[in-house]
Amino acid sequence: MPISVEADVLSSKAETVIEAAVLSNEQLTHMYRDMYLIRRVEESLLELAESGKIGGAMHTAIGHEGSAIGMAAALQPDDYLTCTYRGHHHSLARGMDPKRAIAEVLGKADGFAQGKGGSMHFIDPELGLMGANGIVGAQVPHAAGMALASHIRNEGRIAITFFGEGALYQGVMHETFNISQRWSLPVIFYCENNRYSEMTPISRTSSVRDIYMFARAYGMNSIQIDGNDVEVVYQAISQAAERARAGKGPTFIEGITYRLAGHMAGDLETYRTPEEIEAQRAHEPLVVLTRRLLERGVKEKVLADIRTQVEAEVIEAVEFAQNSPWPDPAVAYTDVYAL
Amino acid sequence: MRTTTYIQAINEAIREEMRRDENVFLMGEDVGRYGGLFRVTRNLFEEFGEERVRDTPISEQGFMGMATGAALVGMRPIVELMYMDFFMVCADQIFNQAAKMHYMTGGLVNVPLVIRGQHGGGKRYGSQHSQCVESTFAQFPGIKVVAPCTPYDAKGLLVSAIRDNNPVAFIEHKMLYFTRGELPDVGEETIVPIGKADVKREGKDLTLVSFSYTLLEALAAAEELKDEYGIDIEVVDLRSIVPLDTETLYASVQKTGRLLAVHESQSNCGIGGEIVARIYEEAPHLLQAPARRLGMAPVSLPVSQKLEEEVLPWKKNIKAAVLEMLEPVAA
Repeated sequence: MPISVEADVLSSKAETVIEAAVLSNEQLTHMYRDMYLIRRVEESLLELAESGKIGGAMHTAIGHEGSAIGMAAALQPDDYLTCTYRGHHHSLARGMDPKRAIAEVLGKADGFAQGKGGSMHFIDPELGLMGANGIVGAQVPHAAGMALASHIRNEGRIAITFFGEGALYQGVMHETFNISQRWSLPVIFYCENNRYSEMTPISRTSSVRDIYMFARAYGMNSIQIDGNDVEVVYQAISQAAERARAGKGPTFIEGITYRLAGHMAGDLETYRTPEEIEAQRAHEPLVVLTRRLLERGVKEKVLADIRTQVEAEVIEAVEFAQNSPWPDPAVAYTDVYAL
Repeated sequence: MRTTTYIQAINEAIREEMRRDENVFLMGEDVGRYGGLFRVTRNLFEEFGEERVRDTPISEQGFMGMATGAALVGMRPIVELMYMDFFMVCADQIFNQAAKMHYMTGGLVNVPLVIRGQHGGGKRYGSQHSQCVESTFAQFPGIKVVAPCTPYDAKGLLVSAIRDNNPVAFIEHKMLYFTRGELPDVGEETIVPIGKADVKREGKDLTLVSFSYTLLEALAAAEELKDEYGIDIEVVDLRSIVPLDTETLYASVQKTGRLLAVHESQSNCGIGGEIVARIYEEAPHLLQAPARRLGMAPVSLPVSQKLEEEVLPWKKNIKAAVLEMLEPVAA
């Protein structure tokens, strides 16, 4: 029996209230472009998966884009980032080329990892993207280790790591929270709480209702926010980054969101109703941002032009990826050991 | 030249590499102020301070993952596992993460990480603190595996491991810590390349290949076999498990025509089985008699000294295996 999700789940107990930043229309319009690009790339990937062109497991972040877009605006371009296998949105928001991203998911030679990593292992060190990860929670200590490296080398860079609330039940998370807080590391733990651990709702997995309370147990600065509002996300990550750079240690951010597509391509979605998903669409990141832009006087024509440009870019990227050759079989034997 | 303990050799390698490269740092349980449970890291905290010699909580997954993360951005962490058995607590970070990152990313990143600690039996620590780990590590591409026996090889291989751009499992042995051997004088660089075996005793009747503490048992067995039976054993120290130096091994078997692989971990699915399989696949013509392997009995290690001695493939068992293989010759 599907469990209904409360549409507005911000805790009444949240002790820290983040007031949304007010970003310029120019910034918000730029965010709209990036968010729409991510949405269309992922919708295109789902179409490719349905036509049988993508093997294995592919997890889209449709509905989660607010966290990625807010993060990209709030952090420096060389700050370290790690994320889960649901990580296309973070990479694209930080500037990964959609052509090489889609080619990688298709296992083609022009993929950023020559088809060796695929959808679950997005990475681009030049953009500070230090790896999406196929194992739930495994990327979280990596970010803490990068924060430690930055601390030892006195680089001033911080690290952010993204995970779902489903990761909170892995032991490695709590080990990392404890060490990071004890060592005051410049790291941000961002939980995209979409309220499902894969197919199982949070009510059946968690001993606490409010995920951000876990981090409070370690004495960590920890807040709960509306993860679908880019201005809120921007403000929360900006403040956490400022704290981290000032040597005040880590912050845990629970961003409430909702996954509009399945856990992975091909998910039967027997665990929720179409009505539940429909109700969430009223408050998804693209809808929230569009409403904000129109309220602040940006013309629909401007947004329509952006959408037209993005559509063309995505069509071109999909074509590029589909036309990219298969990797040379010899590539299977390279990169086992670094020189 | 001078003589030092195995512990001192490892300590020197870490100290010299930390002086040489500020990206090298140390993490683990009790490695700092206490100097390590086995005193391997003593005095490093005093010289390098708490930034670079970090006492961690008992959180193997957490600190192995953090070391991997730091290595991904150019640091060269050395992580001590208090007992190598504890690799199982953080196996995901070692095998799914550190070992695979270079390959999975098409070479975009690499993980220069050293995982070091002691393994093996002989000190009555029982089933969860005495296991030999090399064959498990060897199952995963992307990580190198070394298990030196002498202080010289320990220092030289640890220097190479720290400078290597890949994860390296540096396997020590609790029975070796207070053994002594020659080392070049302080100030002279000691480097042993990873992936090179070494003939530790020359002989003509049989090639006995081993590594880590078992090599000392093999050398002792070889001396007794010489004295008691006039049998002349060649003892090859593998030193590196991954990559495996079959060239040195086959050159020895070409001379002796017989091969016995001995190690402390179980025979079942062990490196000895791998070595025997390889020679049958790659150089069967070198063998004048069937190649054999000898490892620990397929049990968890018991605590009692009498029971330990019963199941470990040490001198008595090695001599028996050699005599079985050479009986037709000796007779």
